[in-house]
Amino acid sequence: MPRIIKNESIVEDDWQVLTPADGEAPEAVALPDGLVLLPLSIWLARRAELIAGQRPLGVWLDSDEGPEALAGDVDRFAVIGVNFPKFTDGRSYSSARLLRERYGYQGEIRALGDVLHDQLFYMRRCGIDAYALRADKDIDKALAGLHVFSETYQAAADQTQPLFMRRVAQEPA
Amino acid sequence: MYRYDSTDQQIIDERVAQYRDQIARHLAGELSTDELRPLRLQNGLYIQRHGPMLRIAIPYGMLASTQLRKLAEISRRYDRSFGHFTTRQNMQLNWPQFEETPDILAELASVEMHAVQTSGNCVRNITTDHFAGCAPDERADPRPYCELMRQWSTFHPEFAFLPRKFKIAVNAAAADRAVIRAHDIGLDLRIDDSGEIGFRVFVGGGLGRTPILGKPIRDFLPRRHLLSYLDAILRVYNRYGRRDNMYKARIKILLQALGVEEFTRQVEDEWAHLEDGPTTVSDAEFERIAAHFTPPAWETLPAADPAHAARLTTDKAFANWVKRCVQAHKTPGYAAVTLSLKAPGVAPGDITDTQMVAVADLADRFSFGELRVSHEQNVVLADVRQSDLYEVWQIARSHRLATANIGLLTDMICCPGGDLCSLANARSIPIADAVQQKFDDLDYLHDIGDISLNISGCMNSCGHHHVANIGILGVDKNNEEWYQITVGGQQGNAAAIGKVIGPSFYAQEVPLVIAALIDVYLENRSASERFIDTWQRIGMEPFKARAYIGRDRRRAAKIDSSERELVNA
Repeated sequence: MPRIIKNESIVEDDWQVLTPADGEAPEAVALPDGLVLLPLSIWLARRAELIAGQRPLGVWLDSDEGPEALAGDVDRFAVIGVNFPKFTDGRSYSSARLLRERYGYQGEIRALGDVLHDQLFYMRRCGIDAYALRADKDIDKALAGLHVFSETYQAAADQTQPLFMRRVAQEPA
Repeated sequence: MYRYDSTDQQIIDERVAQYRDQIARHLAGELSTDELRPLRLQNGLYIQRHGPMLRIAIPYGMLASTQLRKLAEISRRYDRSFGHFTTRQNMQLNWPQFEETPDILAELASVEMHAVQTSGNCVRNITTDHFAGCAPDERADPRPYCELMRQWSTFHPEFAFLPRKFKIAVNAAAADRAVIRAHDIGLDLRIDDSGEIGFRVFVGGGLGRTPILGKPIRDFLPRRHLLSYLDAILRVYNRYGRRDNMYKARIKILLQALGVEEFTRQVEDEWAHLEDGPTTVSDAEFERIAAHFTPPAWETLPAADPAHAARLTTDKAFANWVKRCVQAHKTPGYAAVTLSLKAPGVAPGDITDTQMVAVADLADRFSFGELRVSHEQNVVLADVRQSDLYEVWQIARSHRLATANIGLLTDMICCPGGDLCSLANARSIPIADAVQQKFDDLDYLHDIGDISLNISGCMNSCGHHHVANIGILGVDKNNEEWYQITVGGQQGNAAAIGKVIGPSFYAQEVPLVIAALIDVYLENRSASERFIDTWQRIGMEPFKARAYIGRDRRRAAKIDSSERELVNA
């Protein structure tokens, strides 16, 4: 079974990522059994059918798909994937923060795609809490990438107060 | 100036450890060349024509003398005993060894310095007025805001992989000395009628291939909203800026594509969610940072020092230097001194290790141990007593730091160009040298007066040629170096992009063409006109006609658009 980083440790995981073939109509795609992260197009096209089903729901957003389309539905999902087609494509950092901070999503946000050791710290700060590391990389070693810096300046999904607010709070009276 | 607390220091130390680990993993084959590239760039490390180049951050141009001494030591131990100041107020080392770069960063961290985000598709070093805190026309000191943004931008988790690089500049004076409208975001500090400090926000300026001046999207942003508003702008850019074509990836292209109104609407919509959120900056934090920038212990002095006035009448060389290199100070009896790094025969912006130590000593003796780097690639001692100017001049002169050419033709901004930079289409340093040689008479330069001449070796425009009165751009035509000349650009409140005069010139023609342009100016100027004023009054035609006399061009030189590797521009 594939391994991912989740909640800061390595776990076995059997969610599959469904990627439709080019030109395939979302309505026509056969959904595999088991736990499936569906592309946004299928979720949007077959929302009623999927809600009526019994399976736990997962969906994934490509880097050019904002989370706005899931706005009223986030609580239905056990997992929302955010894709990094290339690790230099930074759009999904914004998507993750919006899911957490604007839409109040509490479930798992999973980084998919070109997920590498040296980006995990930023991903974690943006609210991503599961990481499907690129298959050719050493997942055990990558764990260290979650904790590069012991302190950070900005408020983000992992830290509601920027450092300057906490500095003021720490100052002796 | 700002001093680190234990948290700032810890973050920078951890950055060194992270980088050391990345280089080790790269050398062990665990991190590929492509995977390392954005990581090393965000630590200032380029791979250039001859090898690595390391760009060290000098936040908003502020340096302590101890830091400059450390830079001197680093340049001696790890490089070829000189450094190069850039238009982002940073310093570049041209010859470090790749394997030694983690050690260099560790040395820098020991004096509260780093190379964080001096390259890469992220928020770069924030720049401002090199006369901050001492300029008579200042509304407020911009440096606390720069420092606030330095911390906000450092390892911002959402904006480490933007579509392209992102540059921010702040002006807080009546005269803009930070070229804010040539930046992705330009902030113009204002004080409203109630005494509240805020910013006029310009977005979408930039030089490079498509030079555009920034457009105002907000007239007055109260300072407490500064960071949340920046977050809103950056989020819109991060999500919607183009990523399919790196030449169209800057925020200026997004702003143009959407139009200012629609772009502004998107930013404001985003900001509506962030306004008054946790990133709202408290007065307490402004005060904490501002306390680092309290004025030095200026003495109470008479406005004019009689001995100084006497020397001005008896020593012409000193008087010339004062005229060009000494700027007014808001405190009576003080002056700001610009040490020129534009001596003849020296690449503009270069400084040797010996000069660095000399400048650090000058700062300690005469200017409260601090100095600044200007985006024009000179060094500033901001708080010198008028009565000390003569001694400062003598010492500076003995180190070739007192060329009396600030704001004159030979005070050129110049990128490293094809001698060093792998992006360049043409060399720029030899052109600067040829101009220096052609115009080696200081009296003549003083007669020509205020003028700017900037040189870039390629369309990335690191030499700011677009905003120079005379701009020179290196272009590659069939593997030959050619130079395109623009006229009429300027910095400051009336910032403007220069216009191309016509087909390009051979390298050896460039000094002659500049001489021709200067002749047209001298023949046509009225009493008090600067070059730019005359150009604006009489227009391009007389300049153009003179530039091409005896230099027929059958066809315009085409700017080489071969897709060079631009990842590290």
